[in-house]
Amino acid sequence: MNTLIFRTVAPGLTALMLLFSVFVLLRGHNEPGGGFIGGLIAASALAIFAIARGVGSVRRAIVFHPLAIAGAGLLMACCAGLLSLFLAVPFMTGLWIYPSLFGVEVPLSSVMLFDIGVYLVVVGSLTSIALALEEREVE
Amino acid sequence: MADATALTFAALCLPFLGAVVAPFLVRMLGARAAWLLALLPLLAFAHFLGQLPAVAVGPITGGYDWAPSLGLRFSWLLDGLSVTFALLITGIGALIVIYAGGYLEGHADQGRFFSFIFLFMGAMLGLVVSDNFLMLFVFWELTSIASFLLIGFDHRRAAARRAALQALVVTGGGGLALLAGLLLVSSATGAAELSQLLQSGDILRDNPYYLPVLLLVLGGAFTKSAQFPFHVWLPNAMEAPTPVSAYLHSATMVKAGVYLLMRLNPAMGGTVAWEVLLPLFGGVTLVVGALLAVAQTDLKLQLAYTTVASLGLLVMMVGFGTSHAIEAAVVYLVAHSLFKGALFMVAGIIDHETGTRDVTRLGGLRHALPATFAAALVAAISMGGLPPAFGFLAKEQIYDALATASPWAVVATSMAVLGNALMFAIAFAVGLKPFWGKTKGTPKQPHEAPISLLAGPAALAALGVLAALFAGHVHQWVSSPMASAVSGSTVEVGISLAPHIGLPLLLSLLTIALGAAFYWQLDRLRAGMALCLRWLGTGPDRGFDHAITGLIRLSAAVTRILQPGRLEIYITCTFLCVAAILLLPLWIYGELPVMPAFPSHLQLHEAGVLLLALAGILAVVVARDRLTAIVSLGIQGFSVAILFLLFGAPDLAFTQLMVETLAVVILAMVMTRLRLSPRDRRSFGQMLLDGSIAIACGCGFALLLMKATERPLDMALSDFFNTYSKAIAHGANVVNVIIVDFRGTDTLGEIAVVAMTGLAILALIRVRAHTERKLAENDPNAPEDLGVERP
Repeated sequence: MNTLIFRTVAPGLTALMLLFSVFVLLRGHNEPGGGFIGGLIAASALAIFAIARGVGSVRRAIVFHPLAIAGAGLLMACCAGLLSLFLAVPFMTGLWIYPSLFGVEVPLSSVMLFDIGVYLVVVGSLTSIALALEEREVE
Repeated sequence: MADATALTFAALCLPFLGAVVAPFLVRMLGARAAWLLALLPLLAFAHFLGQLPAVAVGPITGGYDWAPSLGLRFSWLLDGLSVTFALLITGIGALIVIYAGGYLEGHADQGRFFSFIFLFMGAMLGLVVSDNFLMLFVFWELTSIASFLLIGFDHRRAAARRAALQALVVTGGGGLALLAGLLLVSSATGAAELSQLLQSGDILRDNPYYLPVLLLVLGGAFTKSAQFPFHVWLPNAMEAPTPVSAYLHSATMVKAGVYLLMRLNPAMGGTVAWEVLLPLFGGVTLVVGALLAVAQTDLKLQLAYTTVASLGLLVMMVGFGTSHAIEAAVVYLVAHSLFKGALFMVAGIIDHETGTRDVTRLGGLRHALPATFAAALVAAISMGGLPPAFGFLAKEQIYDALATASPWAVVATSMAVLGNALMFAIAFAVGLKPFWGKTKGTPKQPHEAPISLLAGPAALAALGVLAALFAGHVHQWVSSPMASAVSGSTVEVGISLAPHIGLPLLLSLLTIALGAAFYWQLDRLRAGMALCLRWLGTGPDRGFDHAITGLIRLSAAVTRILQPGRLEIYITCTFLCVAAILLLPLWIYGELPVMPAFPSHLQLHEAGVLLLALAGILAVVVARDRLTAIVSLGIQGFSVAILFLLFGAPDLAFTQLMVETLAVVILAMVMTRLRLSPRDRRSFGQMLLDGSIAIACGCGFALLLMKATERPLDMALSDFFNTYSKAIAHGANVVNVIIVDFRGTDTLGEIAVVAMTGLAILALIRVRAHTERKLAENDPNAPEDLGVERP
C-alpha cells in the first residue's frame, strides 16, 4: 500500500489530523470530543505517517519516546488532581480561573489539564504500540 | 497550641526532606555533607526534647485530617513511650549520619545511601508517633521497604540481595498480619486511633476475637523484632554497610516490634495468652540468640545475635506483666540502644581501619586505636551490666522484677541469667578482645579513626555512663513517663547505682562470674556450638530458602496447568465463560425477553445502515483470506458508529469510528507480522465449534440488551447530570464532563491502565524483536543493516 500518492499525501493528512485532534480535544468540554477521542485521532495520524514514511521519521518528528509522552500525560493528570491539595478541597475537584487575554476571557481549569493528560496518555501508549509493531521488519 | 502541632509535623517531615536533598548535597560537598545533613535529625531531636516536660504530665495528641470522608487522620500521639523512641531515633540518627559520612567517604553512591537512611529514619519516626492505625501500618511497611533498600545497598553481591529479600519477605509478611490485626481491633472496639484504644479499657480483652487479634499482632511484632524462629533475617541483614547495622540495631527497625508490644500492653496485655506467649517466645529467643552469638567469629554477627537475644529479653519482660518488669524493659531498652549503637560503630571502625572483622585475626589494637578502645570498653561495660553504666541498672532491675514474681519466674530468671552471662562474654569479646593481647597482622595497617567515625561511639558510650550517674534525672524525664505509658498507670522508676542488697545482687554476681568464665573459655564454647549446629542440621535460614524454592516450584506447576501457552485454548475458555454468564441466568430464571415487534417506522437510511452492518458481518464469514475479513469487520464497526450518530450519541460515534480505524490498522500490522497463512486453514469441525461459541456470545449479548430495554428507563442519573453538569462542572457536554470531572478519579485509573498496557505490550514486542535480532546476527546471510532502531 506504499504508493506514491499515499506517500505524498500522508504528511499533509497527518498534520491536518493532528490539528483536528487538538481541536477535538479542546472543544470537548462543551461539544462532542475530548481527550480520549482526540488522542485516538492523533495516534491514527501518527500511524498513517509511520506507514507512509517509516517509523524512524515519526520518532524523529515527535522527539520524545512515545511512552515518555504517555508518562508525562499520566503525571499531568495526577497533578491536575493534586492541585486541589493547595486549596484544601477534595482530590480531583475541578478548579477554574478566568484570566483575560487581549480582552478575551479565557476559561482555564484543572479539568482541562486533566483532559490534556488523558490525550497524551492515549497518544503515547497507542503510538508506542503501533510504532513497535511497524518497526519489527526484521525478517 | 497550634504552634506545637505545626512544629511536630515539621519534625516528622525533616528526615524526608533529608532524603530528597542528600544526593545533591553530597554531589556538591562530598563527604562533608554529612555534617550538614546531621542537622536535620538534630533539629527534630531538639523538638522532641522540648516536648519532654509536657509529656511527663500527660500524653499529647495532634494531627491533621487526611481523608475525612474515610475517617482517616494523620494524627500522632506523644507520650513517654513515643517521645523516648523519637529521641533515640533522631539522636542516634544524627550520630549515624555523621558516622556514615566518614565510613563511606569517597563511595560513589554515598548520596543514595543518605537518601535511603533518611527515608528509613522518617519511616521509623512516623511509626513511633503514629496515632492512627492505618498511618501506623503505612509507616510500618515503609520501614520494611527502606530496610530492604538499605540491606541490599550493595546490590551487586548476591548475598546482599538475598538478605534484603529475606528481610522484606519476613517483615513485610508480618506487616500484612499486623494490618489484619489492626483492622480487627478497629472493628471490635470502634477505635481508629491508638489513643482511643488505650482508653477503652477491657473492651478488646473481653472480645471473643481477642486471641486471633493477638496472634495477628504478634505476627507483625515478632517478625519485625526478630523473635525465634523469625530471627534469621536480622543476622543476614549484616550484609548492609555497618552504619546501617548500627542504626537498625540500636534505635530503629528491630525495636519496632517491641515498641508495638509496649504500646498495646495497656489494651491487650495482662491476659493469660499474652503472659504465656510473650515470655515463652522472648525467653527462647534470648537463649538461642545468645548461644548463636557465641558461635560467631565475625564482630558484626556476634553483635547481631546478641541483638536478637536482647530483643528476646525485652519481649519477655513486656510479657511478664508486672510494673517492675515494665520498668526493667524500659531501662534496658534505653541502655541497649546506647551500648549497641556504640559497639556496632566500633566494629565498623575496626573493619574500616584493619580490613577485617574476624576476631581470631584481631589483637593488640589498643596501641593503634586508643580512643576507639576507650569508647568500646565503656560500651562493653554497659552491655556486660557492670557498674557504673546504665546497663548495670537495667540488669539489676530485670533481676529485681523477675526474682519477686510468680513461680514461673524461676525458669525466666535462669534464662535471663544464662542470656546475660553469654552477652557479658560477647560484650568483652567485641569491646576488649580485639584491643588486648599480642598485636596481630591485619590486612591494613591500623590508624586511629577520624573524628567523624569516633564521634558516634564516644558520645553513645559516654551517655551510657552519664545516664547511670544522673539516673534520678533520666528516670524523671525519660524512664518514668515511658514506663507509665507502657503500663497504663503512673509508675515511678527509682533504680540507681547504689548496691541492691539481696537476691538481685546475688544473681548479678552469679551472672558476672558465669560471664567471666564464658569469656575465658570463649574459643572452646565456640567450637562446641559449631559442633552442635552441625549436629542440628538445617535451621530456619535454610528453611527460608526451601520455602522460597517450594513457592517457585508450586507457581511453575500451577502455571503449567492454567497457562499451557496455546492462545486458542485461552480464547475458547474465555468466550465459553462469557456465553455461559450471559445466557445461563436468563434461561435458568426464565427471564428471557419478549421478542419485540419489528419497528414499523424504520426509515430508509436507517435500514440501509443496518443492511450495511449485516453485509459486513456476512463478508467476514465468507471472506477467503484474513485481510479481507479484518476490513469487512471494519465495515460492520463503521456502520455501528453511524447508528450511534443517527440516534444522538455523537461522542460514542466519534470514539467508535476512531477505535475501528485503529483496530483495523493494528490488526493488519499484527497479521502481517505473525506469518499466518493468508487463508484460514481450520478444519470444518473446529470452525463449527468456534462458530457456535461466537453465535452463543452474540445471542447472549443481544438477549441481555433486549431484556434491559424492556424495563422502564430510570432517568435519575441522566437528570442529575443534565441539571448539574453546566452548573457545577461548567461543561455542556455531559459525557465529557462525567469522564473528566464527576468521575475523574475513575478516568485517572483507566489512563494509568492504558499507559501500563502500552508499557507491557512494548516490552513483549521488544523481547521478541530481541530474540529475532539474535537469530539474525547468527545468520551469515543476514543483511548488515537490520532496520531495527534502538530507542
